[in-house]
Amino acid sequence: MNQIGSMPSWAIWAVLAFFILVMAGIIFIRSKRGKDNLHRGTTAFASPYTLWMIIFTVLPCLLIGYYAFTDSTGTFTLQNFAHFWDSNYAKNELYMQYGPEAAALIRRGTVNVDTLTYSLWMALLCTIICLILAYPTAMIMADRELKMSSAIVVLFVVPMWMNFLLRTIAWMSILEDQGLINQLLSALGMPKAQLMYNNNAVLLGMVYNFLPFMVFPIYTVLGKMDYKLHEAAQDLGANSFQTFIRVTAPLSLPGVISGITMVFMPSVTTFFIPRILGGGNTMMFGDLIESKFLTEGDWNVGSALSLIMMVLILISLGILRKADPEGEGGGLM
Amino acid sequence: MIEETHLIDLENISKEYDGTTVLANMNLYIRKREFVTLLGPSGCGKTTTLRIIGGFEYPSTGRVLFESKDITNTPPYRRRVNTVFQKYALFPHLNVYDNIAFGLKLKKLPKKEIEEKVNAMLELVNLKGYGKRGVDALSGGQQQRIAIARALVNEPEVLLLDEPLGALDLKLRKEMQLELKNMQQRLGITFIYVTHDQEEALTMSDTIVVMKDGRIQQIGDPKKIYDEPKNAFVANFIGESNILEGVMKKDELVNFAGHDFVCVDYDFEKDEPVDVVIRPEDILLVGEDAGQLIGTVKSVLFKGVHYEMMIDDGQFTWKVHSTAMQPQGSRVGLSIIPFNIHIMHKPAPIPEKEAEK
Amino acid sequence: MRKFIKRFYLVIILLFLYIPIIVMIAQSFNAGKSRAVWEGFSFRWYAELFADSAIINALSVTLTIALLSAVISTILGTLAAIGIHAMKKRPQAMMMTITNIPMTMPDIVTGISLMLLFMFAKVGRGYWTMLLAHITFDTPYVILSVLPKLRQMNSHSYEAALDLGATPRYGLTHVILPQIMPGVITGCLLAFTLSLDDFTVSYFTTSPLIQNLSTLIYSKARIGIEPTLNALSALMFAVLLLLLVVVNYRAAKVEKAQQGQ
Repeated sequence: MNQIGSMPSWAIWAVLAFFILVMAGIIFIRSKRGKDNLHRGTTAFASPYTLWMIIFTVLPCLLIGYYAFTDSTGTFTLQNFAHFWDSNYAKNELYMQYGPEAAALIRRGTVNVDTLTYSLWMALLCTIICLILAYPTAMIMADRELKMSSAIVVLFVVPMWMNFLLRTIAWMSILEDQGLINQLLSALGMPKAQLMYNNNAVLLGMVYNFLPFMVFPIYTVLGKMDYKLHEAAQDLGANSFQTFIRVTAPLSLPGVISGITMVFMPSVTTFFIPRILGGGNTMMFGDLIESKFLTEGDWNVGSALSLIMMVLILISLGILRKADPEGEGGGLM
Repeated sequence: MIEETHLIDLENISKEYDGTTVLANMNLYIRKREFVTLLGPSGCGKTTTLRIIGGFEYPSTGRVLFESKDITNTPPYRRRVNTVFQKYALFPHLNVYDNIAFGLKLKKLPKKEIEEKVNAMLELVNLKGYGKRGVDALSGGQQQRIAIARALVNEPEVLLLDEPLGALDLKLRKEMQLELKNMQQRLGITFIYVTHDQEEALTMSDTIVVMKDGRIQQIGDPKKIYDEPKNAFVANFIGESNILEGVMKKDELVNFAGHDFVCVDYDFEKDEPVDVVIRPEDILLVGEDAGQLIGTVKSVLFKGVHYEMMIDDGQFTWKVHSTAMQPQGSRVGLSIIPFNIHIMHKPAPIPEKEAEK
Repeated sequence: MRKFIKRFYLVIILLFLYIPIIVMIAQSFNAGKSRAVWEGFSFRWYAELFADSAIINALSVTLTIALLSAVISTILGTLAAIGIHAMKKRPQAMMMTITNIPMTMPDIVTGISLMLLFMFAKVGRGYWTMLLAHITFDTPYVILSVLPKLRQMNSHSYEAALDLGATPRYGLTHVILPQIMPGVITGCLLAFTLSLDDFTVSYFTTSPLIQNLSTLIYSKARIGIEPTLNALSALMFAVLLLLLVVVNYRAAKVEKAQQGQ
C-alpha cells in the first residue's frame, strides 16, 4: 500500500538534497546582494529556521497536496475529492468488501459529508456554549469592584497542566452507568440516566477542554480596557446595560474573535474526545481522517479530506480576520 | 578653534531605499572641532547622512573619508565616532554606571581607570552620584545627559547627535542647547548635529547644512544662512519670511507687489523672474504717505517681544514684526530698505511629481 | 447580593473545571481498582507506579522530549526572531506566513503531514521523529513570544552597542539577549508545556514501541485506565503546583525587597 515503495530511495534523498541546496543558494545570494545597512547581516540568523520550516512544514504540506491529487498508482486524479461528495462511496466500498449486510449496518456518521456537517455543527455548539459561559466569567474576573487578585487567572491555567486525556477520561467515571452521578441518583431513589456515549457527552467534553481558551483572550481585552470609558459612558447618560451594549461589548470584540478561533478550530478536528466520551457512536471529521490514514491506509482520500478541512479553516479564519483586522485580540499569554 | 584640515569628507554619496532616492550625490566636508548642523524637514536625508557617517547605513554609491582614509565599509565599532541616538537608546538592563562604562569595558581598560573616567563624566553632565540608578527611573533630561556621557567617555574624534533634544520640553531644551555648545567648545570635539529645529541650528552651529529631498540647499554659517538665503526654501525654512514673485528690471532694480524697488543685487538677466524674500522684522511701518506701499492691518497677535501683524496692500498680505502696535483696521505705510530685499534665482525646474510636494 | 452572585458564578465555573481533577486524585488514593467504588484510602498505586516500567519509560520519553524540544526550539526560534526582526517588510511578511502555518494548521493535519514526510523519506518513526515533530510545532510559539520583546526594544539599542565598540557578536549576547530574555523564557516555558501536553502530533509521529504519556494513556483508554496513571499525574500536578507557589513566593519577596529600597 505504500505507493512510493517503488521509487528508489536515492531519488527521495535527491529530492530532499535539492530542496536544501536551493534554499542554501537563495540565502547565499541574498546575503551577497548589496547590504544596505548594518542589520541586514543579522537576517541570516533566520536561515536555520527557514530551512527547518521548509523541510518540516512546507514539504509535508506539499506531500498532502500530492497525495490528495493522485491515486494509488501516483497518477493525477480528482477522484479523492469526488469520493468526498459521493455520499454512497463508503457504503459501496463496504458493500464490495463485505456484502450488503455490512452496508446496511451503516447508519449516519460514516458518510464523509455528513461527518463534516456534524463536526461543524458540534464545533459551533461548543463555541457558542463556551462563549456564553466564558464572557460573564471574564467580566467577573476583570471586575474592579470585586478586586480579584491576578492569581485568579492561574486558577484557570492550573487544570491544563494535567494531561487532557486523563481529565477527559475522568469524566467517564462521573458520567458512566456506575459513575458518580448515577450513584447519586440511585441513592436518591431515582432511575439511572444514560449520560455517556452520546452527543451531549461529547459536547460536554469539548466545552470542558476548550473553555479556558475562550476565557483568556476575553479577559485579557476586558482587563486592559480603560475603566474611564465606563465612567465616560455613564457620564454621558448611559445606564449600565447601555454601557455594556455600546461600549464594553464592541471593544471586547477582538478578544471574542480570538477566543472563537481558539475554540472552534480544535473543536472541529478533535478526535480523542468523541472516541472516549462518544464511545464510537459518533464520528467527527478528525476521527474520519485518522481512520482513513491509520485504519484503512488510504492516504489519498485521507489527504483529500485533510485538504478540505484546511481550506474550511482558512476560510473561517479569513472571515474572522475581516471582523478583527488589527488582530489585537489577546492570546494565551 | 576650528582647524582647516578636513576631518570627514563625503564624496558623491547617494543612497537609495527600495527604489526611492534618499540622498542624491551629496558632497560635504567637515573640519576638525567644527559644530556642523544638518538641518531640514523630515525626510530630507539628514538622519541618513548621519547614519552613513556612523556606519549604520551603507551608501549606494560614493565614499566616506575620515582623515583622508576610506572608511565607507568600516563597521561602526572600528570608527572613532560615537553617537547620541534619538530617544537615547540607553541599555535598560544596565544601570547608569554600566551604561557609561560600556565602551571602556570593551576596550579592556583597567578597572580603576574606567571608574575614574566614568565618575569624571558623571560630574561633567552634572549627575554625580547617579551611577547605581537604573536608567528607566531617570527623567528625559537625565537620560539625555547619560546618553551624551556614554558617547563622550570614549573620547571620540566626532560626536554624532541625532535630534538629541527632540523629546525634551522647551525650557530644558534651551538649557541643554547652551550646555552642549559649551561642552563642545571645552572638549574640542567635532559635533555633527541633526535637527529640524531652525532655532536650535542657529543657536549652536558653526556651520549649517540645509537639506531638502536628499539634496544640500545651502551650506554656511548661521548668519549667512539667515541673512542671505540662497533660495526660497531656505528663506522659508530658516526664520519667517514674506516670499513674493518678482521680476528683475535691471541691476539693482526689482519689481514686485506692483512697484519698483531699489535693491543691492546684480548679475541677473534682464526681466528675469525671481523670488523675493523679505523678513517680517525688516519691514518698517511708517506713516500712510511716507510708505513705498500702503496697506490695511488685518490682524494683530502679541508674540511677547513683538507684535505680529498681517497687512494687506491689495495684492499681497505681508507678515510684519514690530514692537509698535498698529490697531486692526488702520491704514499704514510699509517701507523696505534696499539692503533687506533678498533676490533669488528661481529654482531649476524640477519634475512635476516632486513639485507637487 | 450582586457581588455574591458574581462570586457564586465564578465558583461554579471553577468547580466545573476542577471536578474531574478532584475525581482523578481521589481515584489515585483508592485502594481498589474500580473507578466507581471507594474501597478505602491507600498509597498502593503510588507504590506500583514506580514498578511499572511502561509508565516510567513513557514518563522519561515525555520529559526528555519536552526538555530537548524546548531547548532546541528556543535556540532556533530566538535566532529566527532576531533575523526576522531585521528583515525588510516583504520577506518579513513571508516569514510570518510560514510561521503561522503550523499554528493555524489543526494538530491532526500537522501530525499526519509529518507522518507522510517521515514515511516518504523512509525514516522509521520513533523517538527522534517525535522530537523533530515537537520542535516543529514549538518553534513558532517561541518566535511569537520573542518578537514582541524585540519590537519593544529601542530600535537603536544594537546600533548603540556597535557604536560604542561592541562587535556584532558581543552586541547580540550582551545587549539584545538580556533585553529580550523575558520573551525567551516565556517562549521556552510555553514550548515545554506544549510538548508535555501534546497528544495528537505525537500519536502520528511515533511508533507504538516508543510512547509518551499521552499516547500511552490513549492506548489504554479503551481497556481502562489503571489508577497508577492517575497517581502519576497527581504527582506531576503536585510538583507543578509546588513550583508555582515557590516561584510566586520568591517573586513576591523580590518585589517586597525592591519596594523596601
